[in-house]
Amino acid sequence: MSELNTNNPALKWLEARLPIVSFVDHSLGSKYPAPKNLSYWWNFGSLAGIVLVIMILSGVFLAMNYTAHVDYAFNSVERIMRDVNYGWLIRYIHMNGASMFFIVVYIHIFRGLYYGSYKPPREVLWWLGLVIMLLMMATAFMGYVLPWGQMSFWGATVITNLFSAFPVVGDYIVTLLWGGFSVDNPTLNRFFALHFLLPFVLVGVVILHIWALHQAKSNNPLGIDMKGPNDAIPFHPYYTIKDLYGLGVFMMFFMFFVFWAPNYMGHPDNYIPADPMVTPAHIVPEWYFLPFYAILRAVPDKLGGVLLMFAAILVLAALPWLDTSKVRSAAFRPIYKWFFWLFAVDAVVLGYIGAMPAEEPYVTIGQIATAYYFFHWIVLLPLIGWFEKPRPLPESISAAARKGKAEPAPLTNNLGTTEKA
Amino acid sequence: MADTAHTAHGSSEGESRRDFLLYATTAVGVVGAGLAVWPFIHSMNPAADVLALSSTEVDLSPVAEGQAITVTWRGKPVFVRHRTAEEIEMARSTDVSELRDPQTDEERVKKPEWLIAIGICTHLGCVPLGQKPGEPKGEFGGYFCPCHGSHYDTSGRIRKGPAPLNLPVPGYEFIEDQRIVIG
Amino acid sequence: MMRKFILTAAAALGLSLVATSAQAAGGVKVPDESWTWEGLFGYYDKAQLQRGFQVYHDVCANCHGLKLVAYRNLTDIGLGEDQVKAIAAEKEVEDGPDDAGDMFMRPAMPSDRFVSPFPNDNAARFANGGALPPDLSLINKARMGGPDYVYHLMLGFKDEAPEGFELPDGKYYNEYFPGHAISMPPQLMEGLVEYADGTEASEEQLARDITAFLNWAAEPELEARKSLGIKVMLFLLVLTAMLYALKRKIWADVEH
Repeated sequence: MSELNTNNPALKWLEARLPIVSFVDHSLGSKYPAPKNLSYWWNFGSLAGIVLVIMILSGVFLAMNYTAHVDYAFNSVERIMRDVNYGWLIRYIHMNGASMFFIVVYIHIFRGLYYGSYKPPREVLWWLGLVIMLLMMATAFMGYVLPWGQMSFWGATVITNLFSAFPVVGDYIVTLLWGGFSVDNPTLNRFFALHFLLPFVLVGVVILHIWALHQAKSNNPLGIDMKGPNDAIPFHPYYTIKDLYGLGVFMMFFMFFVFWAPNYMGHPDNYIPADPMVTPAHIVPEWYFLPFYAILRAVPDKLGGVLLMFAAILVLAALPWLDTSKVRSAAFRPIYKWFFWLFAVDAVVLGYIGAMPAEEPYVTIGQIATAYYFFHWIVLLPLIGWFEKPRPLPESISAAARKGKAEPAPLTNNLGTTEKA
Repeated sequence: MADTAHTAHGSSEGESRRDFLLYATTAVGVVGAGLAVWPFIHSMNPAADVLALSSTEVDLSPVAEGQAITVTWRGKPVFVRHRTAEEIEMARSTDVSELRDPQTDEERVKKPEWLIAIGICTHLGCVPLGQKPGEPKGEFGGYFCPCHGSHYDTSGRIRKGPAPLNLPVPGYEFIEDQRIVIG
Repeated sequence: MMRKFILTAAAALGLSLVATSAQAAGGVKVPDESWTWEGLFGYYDKAQLQRGFQVYHDVCANCHGLKLVAYRNLTDIGLGEDQVKAIAAEKEVEDGPDDAGDMFMRPAMPSDRFVSPFPNDNAARFANGGALPPDLSLINKARMGGPDYVYHLMLGFKDEAPEGFELPDGKYYNEYFPGHAISMPPQLMEGLVEYADGTEASEEQLARDITAFLNWAAEPELEARKSLGIKVMLFLLVLTAMLYALKRKIWADVEH
């Protein structure tokens, strides 16, 4: 690590004792080289990090007024909404922030899938990302239980019951998770404790994720490595300002929901206090779980459904080997590109099926979409990699940029039109 | 945030225009961040339901002369003492100019026989003794704080010890002859 | 990549809209009504809220609680503090223990929350032939279709069930209630209450007013929320425009 270029005596003093300024400068600042051709699709990683911070902040303030007890939880949330100063704002930020987190992270994942960001040397980076996603899911699920509405209660019941599918030990696991013989006060209490803890674990894994990123450096729309100083620009100020601009646009999207449609992505039943005697007519998880919920329901066997749902996430961990292509970016893969979008449509269809009641024709469509989900990863991805002839890769990032000036065709996937104007 | 952006090339005119934009944007961003912090800070202030509970009614009729009761107001003890003529005399004959926190007894009570004061020592927040019959009342016949030895007189004024101020008098009103509402 | 992404996102949004409307009210589509509190600048009509409160107070409150709302909140719909005190004092709440250790009843105060008509759910069921009249504090947020559903439910009673529909004893046929057999008898009829402000109390007027009041009960923060939202959005627009300009300046000399 090189020394800090500064004449500020206070900074020099600090630098000699704790080189934190140069550390930040090397990690997110002017000493961190980034490919100069990153498109706006590369904004979503930093956005996800910022949403995590917003979630932790709003969550801590909510926790100051929340009571984790079955008799008080629902009313304590309503007290936040009605009596606590700006409580409604903080709660709506937290509630919609969860959806925003998944929107941003799902786009981030699909960007990684499109540009082959999971391929060597970024396998560990990719796996850490999957760990982050699993932790997010666990955290979101437990957070949804806390308001103790009907969907909270029945969501908790259904999801914890998934574990009862495992032979022999299943029932013991479920009793252990509940701390009793049904979802009840002990369950709510431990979910609150874990919901508070896991985001900080998440922060830890995010740091590892960024660490792994800095080892391999960012992928880019061309999917080729940086070959020299001409290909790179310092992260600061180029990407700090680009990320901040993206943040501004994103915050407007986020705040629109907070102020004008705060319950759009929620379910009305969660404004009915939990009643262990009455199951709502139509239980659906939050939208971000719907595709996985559809996979769960596609299998008529209890254990099979649970295993397949977990497999749907685990299969992603094997992508570095399932993808046999020589090039990373789908921009140079004329066949795979189409299948990528077909897969995206499949994921949307699964999400739709997850929201529908378990009846025909939804069941059959769900089974076909589930089959295709795995077919895409296990069969299509390796096969296409073997047979497909990728288009020629540019010599370097800077060469592509020079060529792009004259003939912008290969770079239309790079959202760069506005910058070039 | 983007305040150290100075990797510019290009003309000096363009550079100064960029600097202006940088400072303006930074200023707007900092102001926005500052404003965004407020709802979070304000959420820690008393909520509407807490504020709504901020008055307490007390019936004084059962308290005989020489007796005292302690009532709760905003989660704090309020001393209500039915003073004897002797205690009133003690409070009124004190030379105000010698007090650490000069206040006449007349300023501190609405009716001479009723002393109403928040029972929290102004030193570090303990509850002084002297309400119940057997408790030490300190050297001045009022209250004695056992934590660090502050003595208060029969008007609740600080007379000796580390506390800087008299026991505060809450806002209260007589709604009937023998009935007050605090807050 | 952008164009295809937008297509996919649009498809996802479309499907989600289809999914929501299909679930609404057990398959019955609730017609869309327009309300003052909708839209970017939505607001509550205080006179309407007061009329709605009158309907709630005189009619609904006999069976339905409003336990998340406090009497003091009524000042928000334009009632004076004395009025609020008087309304609160109509009910009694348990307090105590007193000096003798006994619990006692005292008139409710503005700081108390609305006293429910029944001491608990079982008492409410017992008094209503086994059906539980739901607490109305959040009803507009807790039903698919929200205010539109509540409004049409109030007006959706039919004297006779359609042919072939078997209506159980003690139930009433309602076009918009999921399953159509509702335990609540029709409530609204012309002139049910005499409005203090002289508004003619037609059935539609009654339904609109009670729906408005219940919406306020469910979302008392709505006006503050939307007006703060406008300010936040304008601020973000300015800041984002400045960030964009700065971004263009900083990137001006990068070939990429």
